[in-house]
Amino acid sequence: MSKELLRVSDLKVHFPIRTGGLLIGQYTPLKAVDGVSFTLNEGETLGIVGESGCGKSTLGRAILQLIKPTDGQVVFMGSELTGVGAEVVRQKREEMQIVFQDPLASLNPRMTVGDIIAEPLTVYRPKLSKEERKGLVRDMMAKVGLLPQMINRYPHEFSGGQCQRIGIARAMILKPKMVVCDEPVSALDVSIQAQIVNLLMDLQQEMGLSLLFISHDLSVVRHVSHRVMVLYLGRVMEIATRDAIYAAPLHPYTQALISAVPVPDPDVEKNKERIVLGGDLPSPMKPPSGCVFRTRCPKATDICASDVPVLEEKAPGHRVACHHWGPPEKKLV
Amino acid sequence: MTAVLEVRDLSVRFATPDGEVSAVNGVSFDVNEGECVGIVGESGSGKSQLFMSVMGLLARNGRTLGSAKYRGTELVGMPVKELNKIRGDKIAMIFQDSMTGLTPHLRIGRQMTEVLVQHKGMSESQAVKRALDMLNLVRIPEAGRRLAQYPHELSGGMRQRIMIAMALLCEPELLIADEPTTALDVTVQAQILDLMSDLKRVTKAAIVLITHDLGTVAGLCDKVQVMYGGRFMETGTVRDIFYEPAHPYAAGLLSSMPRLTEERSEKLYAIPGQPPNLQRLPMACPFQERCDFVHDRCTTELPLLREVGPGHAKACHLFSLQNPVTDPAAPSLVVA
Repeated sequence: MSKELLRVSDLKVHFPIRTGGLLIGQYTPLKAVDGVSFTLNEGETLGIVGESGCGKSTLGRAILQLIKPTDGQVVFMGSELTGVGAEVVRQKREEMQIVFQDPLASLNPRMTVGDIIAEPLTVYRPKLSKEERKGLVRDMMAKVGLLPQMINRYPHEFSGGQCQRIGIARAMILKPKMVVCDEPVSALDVSIQAQIVNLLMDLQQEMGLSLLFISHDLSVVRHVSHRVMVLYLGRVMEIATRDAIYAAPLHPYTQALISAVPVPDPDVEKNKERIVLGGDLPSPMKPPSGCVFRTRCPKATDICASDVPVLEEKAPGHRVACHHWGPPEKKLV
Repeated sequence: MTAVLEVRDLSVRFATPDGEVSAVNGVSFDVNEGECVGIVGESGSGKSQLFMSVMGLLARNGRTLGSAKYRGTELVGMPVKELNKIRGDKIAMIFQDSMTGLTPHLRIGRQMTEVLVQHKGMSESQAVKRALDMLNLVRIPEAGRRLAQYPHELSGGMRQRIMIAMALLCEPELLIADEPTTALDVTVQAQILDLMSDLKRVTKAAIVLITHDLGTVAGLCDKVQVMYGGRFMETGTVRDIFYEPAHPYAAGLLSSMPRLTEERSEKLYAIPGQPPNLQRLPMACPFQERCDFVHDRCTTELPLLREVGPGHAKACHLFSLQNPVTDPAAPSLVVA
């Protein structure tokens, strides 16, 4: 087995929300991430899926210490990132980068593409000469499929897919060990989405990267991931290898998610029985007692309201947090 | 089958500071009673503007050429007063963004009853009753309480269901749904798709589903029209398009989607290049710059829609995708 790169233990991110009080405010914690633990190996892609508001983006940012975790531990390449000084974190950031969802909004409109991609170099490799830096930027641009002669253009001159390539080039230029991809393809057209997915997978192979691939699109996650983690209201519902998650999910929420994905095949679509979950995601300010999923779960019973299910290994490498876990009753896809 | 909507040679042009832009270029099609038609395309393909022009909702710098008839009545160029008698009543539209589709400062009840009072001449109390029935039909819990709420108090899925309920109030004969599930989570999307397929059975309204998601089309639609650069690239039954795509663009779109049903392949097929810039559409075939099978004829002559099978047409000079070089001897012109 390859080496462990990242270990996250019992990570919590709680945002205090003012809910009342006149002079002295009353605050209720919004538990965006509530006790998430997992590991990421070198060269591995971990897909993180869940609906909007399940805390997947907050988790990604808390790992990079862009949001300060309330509690828990993040260990990256053997050194702890939580509870240490800003300088220690800054040095480790060289090895961990992020690609954002909105390709245009994540690029400074007043900087040229060359300056945007070069910025990590100016911060972390200050000794490079201007010429060397430019050379590295040109190489990187070619690698992500941008014409190097566009180095002096501005972000608004590029399409969404090209802007995402610029964001990827900026994340890759320091040759990091880990990149958090926060919905990198959701804002793109179908035909462009495939280009970016292929690019990320090529770069991973070439550079031996580890990826945390955050997405709500289960088809894309299946394509890129080695392992998949399913989140709901800030908690891990299920984590397993890709094949186990998609072929035999054990958690009712994962089963519902997979059966809800529309498949571009009329015969499959017309004959399949979707598991339709009633209602909406509950407010993370008032999560249900016991199992957070119980208000929408077709299998919920009394025990789900009283006892919080623990994330336990039910099969080798397959961990589930559910009192009524089990294989799906009918074919999901 | 009778056609509810007949569109002939419809074009949409926008006047911009950089000159005129053609968003839609001469498309012709019918929507028949009880039929669900999917309009598939990427951003900038003109799929939304096509139906905005049919509904008379183009931005001020836009103009419509050609003809769009609702049951024989010409909609293009119809005075707004006349148009208002038809839209909202006979033809209804569901918009993609439910937050901007609803008026933020009016209660749900007020927004829903307005259309009934206007079009059906109902009294306020009759209208409230009808609105309640409709909210129940789209499975909104505590419907009575929702009528007194404002849009921001509801979740995205709930608002989308209210938009659908509003569109159905007057029992339209044609329902145009513009990306109705794009902004929603998969589990909520499943609820809405379920609801739409129930409605299709119960109300017998003709439905037009505008989307970029081939998955939603597969489950709901009977016919599919694939758009690119303001033109139809391929039209046919849902089985034609998904199992025997004849146009390189339609085939490319299908194979560029990662699927839950297939074995992991090492690489996705990716259509090369960028989506078309409508200001600088190439002469002749709009897809030529990204097509794997491009040849001389594609750059000089615009391919017209022609039949490749019963009810299945494509706008491409290729004879077949398997046999890309052979060219058909006598192309026959088809109006889909």
